Amino acid sequence: MPADIAFERIYVELYQQVLQYLMTGVTVGSIYAIIALGFVVIYNVTGIINFAQGEFVMLGAMIMVSLYKNQVPMVAAFVIAVLLTTIIGAALERLAIRPAKGASIVTLIIITIGASITIRGLGLITWGPNTSSLPAFSGDAPLVIGTASIVPQTLWVLVTTAILLIALYLFFERTLLGKAMRACAINMSAARLMGISPSVMAMVSFALSASLGAVGGVVMAPTTLATYDMGTMLALKGFVAAIIGGMSSTPGAVAGGLLVGVLESMGAGLISSGYKDAIAFVVLFLVLFVRPNGIFGGRDTSKGGL
Amino acid sequence: MKQPKWLMVSLLLVLALAALAVGACTATPTPTPTTAPKPPAPAAATPAKPAATAPAATTPAKSAATPAASKPAASKEPYKIGGLFAITGPASSLGIPERNTVQLLEEQINQQGGINGTPVKMVIADTESDETKAVLAAKKLIDEDKVLAIVGPSQSGESLAIADTIEKAEIPLVSAAASIKIVDPVKKWIFKTPQSDSLIVQALVDYLKAKGYTKIGWLSVSNAFGDSGKVEFEKAAPGAGLTTVAKESFGANDTDVTAQLTRVKAANPDAIVVWAIPPAAAIVSKNVAQLGIKQPVFQSHGIGNKQFIDLAGTAANGVRFPVGKLLVADSLSGSDAQKKVLQEYAKGYTAKFDANTLSTFGGHAWDGFWIVAKALEKSGPDRAKLRDAIESNTKEFVGITGVFSFSPTEHNGLDKRAVTMVEIKDGKWVNAE
Repeated sequence: MPADIAFERIYVELYQQVLQYLMTGVTVGSIYAIIALGFVVIYNVTGIINFAQGEFVMLGAMIMVSLYKNQVPMVAAFVIAVLLTTIIGAALERLAIRPAKGASIVTLIIITIGASITIRGLGLITWGPNTSSLPAFSGDAPLVIGTASIVPQTLWVLVTTAILLIALYLFFERTLLGKAMRACAINMSAARLMGISPSVMAMVSFALSASLGAVGGVVMAPTTLATYDMGTMLALKGFVAAIIGGMSSTPGAVAGGLLVGVLESMGAGLISSGYKDAIAFVVLFLVLFVRPNGIFGGRDTSKGGL
Repeated sequence: MKQPKWLMVSLLLVLALAALAVGACTATPTPTPTTAPKPPAPAAATPAKPAATAPAATTPAKSAATPAASKPAASKEPYKIGGLFAITGPASSLGIPERNTVQLLEEQINQQGGINGTPVKMVIADTESDETKAVLAAKKLIDEDKVLAIVGPSQSGESLAIADTIEKAEIPLVSAAASIKIVDPVKKWIFKTPQSDSLIVQALVDYLKAKGYTKIGWLSVSNAFGDSGKVEFEKAAPGAGLTTVAKESFGANDTDVTAQLTRVKAANPDAIVVWAIPPAAAIVSKNVAQLGIKQPVFQSHGIGNKQFIDLAGTAANGVRFPVGKLLVADSLSGSDAQKKVLQEYAKGYTAKFDANTLSTFGGHAWDGFWIVAKALEKSGPDRAKLRDAIESNTKEFVGITGVFSFSPTEHNGLDKRAVTMVEIKDGKWVNAE
């Protein structure tokens, strides 16, 4: 009998822990999802994997922090941070990608890696090596859900991810610009024949990705803190999430992000915290062995995935 | 342009970038872990009075300058002391306060008439936070500038890198870096002033024992700083009857540690000990608050700077940690031998330099400078005699880091008095009770 009770207690404790790991995983995962979305948007329109995606997140967070420190109100700082990053994203396409027009996709991808290193370096010069913090949007008092507890900022992250998803959906389904981008994704030559400029669409896709990244950076900054080199690891995890999701599918990107986040947190909690960063890559390999096109990849190419 | 080929390229890219990221992580410009805490800018220890009121006389200065009046200092060939610090590069937050400190002391000691009437000249060299450049700079100080002794370098790696050069050149070195390896085993010509990790950990272990916390949940950052803390803690804990009920690690760039903390919480410890520097150390404290963990949290001397309080915000309150006394100089009891020295140093430093750079690192250089200067007073300008004087003459010397007593077998010479427990209350450092 006592053995049974002891066993049951362990079982309950484990359940409580798992719930916390799940909460943590979903939070971290939705940040990965936002970054994965950025990858997918650019990839679908241009075929480029933009490795400066993490730097957009960093720019959003760091611009927000420095504006806030200079007494700019939160909401205004948020808008300015996202706008500035969007402009930088568009400029990146204009100044770095466009001039190399005609180069192979791999060359363009390498250009984005260079851009990433450059932006990070400029970030270091501008903001220095120190980490900065941003106050939480609605306080720090933890919310208890069952046996798990989260900070209110987590809800901001989750809600933001949901809103971004819906907004992206509406953008691609209901607006002319969105439809034009989808047309480019499906068949670039045909789109050009219909009077759509693929080069303008490419710039819009970079701008859109940059604003996605910036929004992600701003909402995550209060919990993760912000520093000039925060983008590197985030971009990697977001990229893994995007591949797991099939690289060209928006719902896939979100599912991939959540999967990576949850497995990472479960692995750190239940196996060993030392393997946390390795887990994302192990998951990537496993998924690719089983489904080489990713979880959501290769099914519905008629819509270009968007 | 779709699948199979693509996936190969993607996979390769992932691997390449992962390698890049790892490289980038190790190269992040945090001061090297072995040198422990980043610069504290103590609010408590910052009497922001202008210098005009202080005739800038430190205790040792008086003793060193006794026969000054008879001989005008400027007329003699000055005693040259080398100052080898990481003034630029990632460890500049260590090297800048160190350079500032020795320049301040040079000025002070010469105002007092120098050493036995001979003025002191500091020859400053920059290691650029680089071990190879540290060796070159040390050689230049020894061969070209012909200094009598060297204070520095700032980092443990640099100190170990120049050890051979120093021993061969037979010149006294008083390092400002933390690693125990610098003086263990004892090298004839090399001394160091910062506390070793073992001393810091011992102070924490004693405190935990005194407070009756026996079951400890341990978390440390997975780099040299965290590992060293872990090794020392595992050595010291059993002697004090402490058991480690949970042992977790996290990355220096991790942004969420709730999974590890949930495991620690499940092990139900009496207290949680965290060994890391900000920002990760601040993330841990924020996550502790988020999870509503009630157990007291102890951190390392790695959080002895304003950055931790800035980043952790209200979650910093209640955190206790072992650290040198400079942070809480003003709240030390009047009977503490160091109180006056600490306050005078803080006053003199902040009058001349940015108060935000006042730190225990500058204190390590202060100790090195005075240890050399006091020995010079005994030995005169001869490297070998100077070394002997440093070893035999430094007894119960009251410095910034602690009270030093060197001997042929002990070239760090600090004891428990060099560490105190500090608590963060309302975003300020106070003595922990």
